[in-house]
Amino acid sequence: MKQNPKSSSKYMTSLPPDLAALKREIEGYARDYGLDFYDVIFEVLDWNQLNEVAAYGGFPNRYPHWRFGMEYEELSKSYAYGLSKIYEMVVNTDPCYAYLLFSNGTVDQKLVMAHVYAHCDFFKNNVYFAHTNRKMMDEMANHKTRVMRYIDAYGHDAVEGFIDACLSLDTLIDYHAPAIKRRSPPSLVDAGGRRAIHTLRSDKPYMDKFVNPKEFLEEQRRALEEQAKEEKNFPERPEKDVLLFLLDNAPLEKWERDVLSIIREEAYYFAPQGQTKIANEGWASYWHSTIMTQKALKDSELIDYADHHSGTVAMGPTRVNPYKIGLELYRDIEDRWNKGKFGKEYDECTDMVAKKNWDRKLGLGRQKIFEVRRLYSDVTFIDEFLTPEFCQEHRLFVYAYDLSHEEMRIASREFDKIKKQFLFQLTNFGHPIIDVIDGNFRNRGELLLKHTHEGVDLKDDYAAATLQNLYKLWRRPVGIETVSEGVPTRIIFDGTEVKEERI
Amino acid sequence: MAQKIDQDVGRFKQIVRGSIKKELRKFISTGELIGRKGKDLVSIPIPRIDIPHFVYGDKQKGGIGQGDGDEGSAVQPGDQDGASKAGNLPGEHLLEVEVSFEELAQILGEELELPRIRPKGAEDLESKTYKYTGMAPTGPESLRHFKRTYRKALRRQIMSGTYDPRRPLIIPVREDRVYRTWKEVVKPRSRALIVYMLDVSGSMGNEQKEIVRLESFWLDAWIRSQYQGVDVRYIIHDAVAREVDRETFFHTRESGGTIISSAYKLFLKILEESYNPEEWNIYPFQFSDGDNWSGNDTEECMNILQKEILPVCNLFCYGQVESEYGSGQYLRDIEAKFPNHETLITSRIPDRNAIVDSIKTFLGKGK
Repeated sequence: MKQNPKSSSKYMTSLPPDLAALKREIEGYARDYGLDFYDVIFEVLDWNQLNEVAAYGGFPNRYPHWRFGMEYEELSKSYAYGLSKIYEMVVNTDPCYAYLLFSNGTVDQKLVMAHVYAHCDFFKNNVYFAHTNRKMMDEMANHKTRVMRYIDAYGHDAVEGFIDACLSLDTLIDYHAPAIKRRSPPSLVDAGGRRAIHTLRSDKPYMDKFVNPKEFLEEQRRALEEQAKEEKNFPERPEKDVLLFLLDNAPLEKWERDVLSIIREEAYYFAPQGQTKIANEGWASYWHSTIMTQKALKDSELIDYADHHSGTVAMGPTRVNPYKIGLELYRDIEDRWNKGKFGKEYDECTDMVAKKNWDRKLGLGRQKIFEVRRLYSDVTFIDEFLTPEFCQEHRLFVYAYDLSHEEMRIASREFDKIKKQFLFQLTNFGHPIIDVIDGNFRNRGELLLKHTHEGVDLKDDYAAATLQNLYKLWRRPVGIETVSEGVPTRIIFDGTEVKEERI
Repeated sequence: MAQKIDQDVGRFKQIVRGSIKKELRKFISTGELIGRKGKDLVSIPIPRIDIPHFVYGDKQKGGIGQGDGDEGSAVQPGDQDGASKAGNLPGEHLLEVEVSFEELAQILGEELELPRIRPKGAEDLESKTYKYTGMAPTGPESLRHFKRTYRKALRRQIMSGTYDPRRPLIIPVREDRVYRTWKEVVKPRSRALIVYMLDVSGSMGNEQKEIVRLESFWLDAWIRSQYQGVDVRYIIHDAVAREVDRETFFHTRESGGTIISSAYKLFLKILEESYNPEEWNIYPFQFSDGDNWSGNDTEECMNILQKEILPVCNLFCYGQVESEYGSGQYLRDIEAKFPNHETLITSRIPDRNAIVDSIKTFLGKGK
């Protein structure tokens, strides 16, 4: 890319004049609707280049790794056989980079631009993205440089093998870490080497016993004792950020520590995108359809638009399309808040006809969805706004594996079950919840993880392979506590073989 | 065009190759690849190369779907993905990689440590010619493509706004230059003929034929990789021999007796008609369960072998597939007649697992 970041806010782009005109037009509509985004730089790429960028996750400079090559092969093949096509790619940075496919028709480009502006608005305003590094383009390029340096120094195989091991663990991060401070600050120690009790400040000595009454001090002392007891554990409390725990405690070389920190940083960077798939894609789809149908679309383009749009929001029998669910939920929310279909009165109304025809003419819909895009992730989005009416209207169901028939079957159409399944799939990114519970297991410096079992077992061959990768970092036996077919089990890899034992 | 990703793709392909190599023995004995042969490419299913994570198992998982149907009715995963943007969900599928025939043979060679075949006659060398086939950003100045370089420079200047139509001065910089590149084109000079002879008498069952089919696929692959032009002919015989096409070769079952010499005679006739041993490298492979009609005929076979076949062939291979009915006598006879012969190789193939070793025995000499 030949961008020149110095040339004020209007970046030099190599957009051909027709696309540049489209960009101005769509950007204008987006701003008129109140979308608020960083500058967007559009790059037009041919399909090879777009697949390349897509394989790299949107970043033109990544550290070398075979999985990007695999991704690229799959994308290219699937494009060449006409199975799939990437229309666009947008990156959460400031300025925001977006890639257009050269061969797209004008309607597609318009639609994609509208889609991109909404994504960019979401990146900029959604709280879950607040902590992400907006200069990630540079950061990724730095990561590449660092990894390349290690490859030069320690050899390709060593570095690649280590990256493989780290990647195998990159789901073991704490998705809420940016919002919660889990580690207590180093505690204060008094003159005698004991910990000082935390007291509230009082400027006047005679006020002291009122500000810090005896019971309060007692409570503080007890808390401190508790804490001291906990501190004998290592880690003190179960540690969800397994990568951080490894960074702090695993016997790694300096370069390995750095590579691990690179993988961890990238995992945290991409995490919000996984956490807001429905909310984000729904938002973008809502706006591309709004902008296109209300402003940008010419009569002659209607069919092409409808074709593309329906492809984007198609659903399958076993697959929830985040574009579709998100889009419909936003529309539903807008409608409900326009008509006042919320709050105590509405919820307690038992007259279905009245509920259906409920309309208080509040007109708060637009305002509400802007609020939703700012504050919600998928979990909270679904938790709050999925309604029985919605599930019924969209004919959603829960399916499950039927043991006696050995196939997937529809298990239920009840609202509660659908919602529960939805939330289960979204919580923790759809990954099992796993913490480090003991870094000195059996008092032999072994590492023990714990899978909080919620009704679904771990895939055992993958678990075994992941443990072997974990061993490469910890270098002592590693294990995980889980439940396998109803039996509490501990899977241990001791460096030579994987063993399962009952607890 | 050279891309940054090329390096990663290359590395990925290397890993795939390793994975094929690991699975090769399995492929050979199950015959999984044979149905997947296209014109030049073989599509190989290997387990998806994956970075393992802690993930949920499938069976208890379930999910959310959309559509009609009562509780308890089945949902088909698979007939889905109407969305063109689908496909970012990691699937459980096998990875289908396409490998050229030549590369597959190379992998076979590496795994079985097969020596390269040395064709008869030192004068059968390849002739090389050079052809200008493409463009590259680097090269000797003498091969610079003036027109394209000019066009590229012009385009760059127009794009960057430094082109002035009133003063149309085009100055190519380093990145604009384009050079011709060439490729070596090798003309086939050394040719080979493969002749398969198969006993289709009543004692040869389907499993025996399947073994022959599997083995011949790999023999073909290797020999083809060693010569530029390869012809393959098929002979089946019971009491009489006839030449057939590939399809018939593997699917014929006769019930008559067995006269092996009939096949040898037909083989010699084919040679005489169209293949001059001076120009061709000749590879007969004979498969049988080891039964012959009479000792007399066996005697005749040995004579033909010694006097007429062995002198003209690079290699004569006899593979004995064991069946319930066959006596396996022919193998003993042939081994007794030609102990430790340079160009006559025998091997016993009792079951599918023995195919790999048999291939190695046949081709291990590098003839």
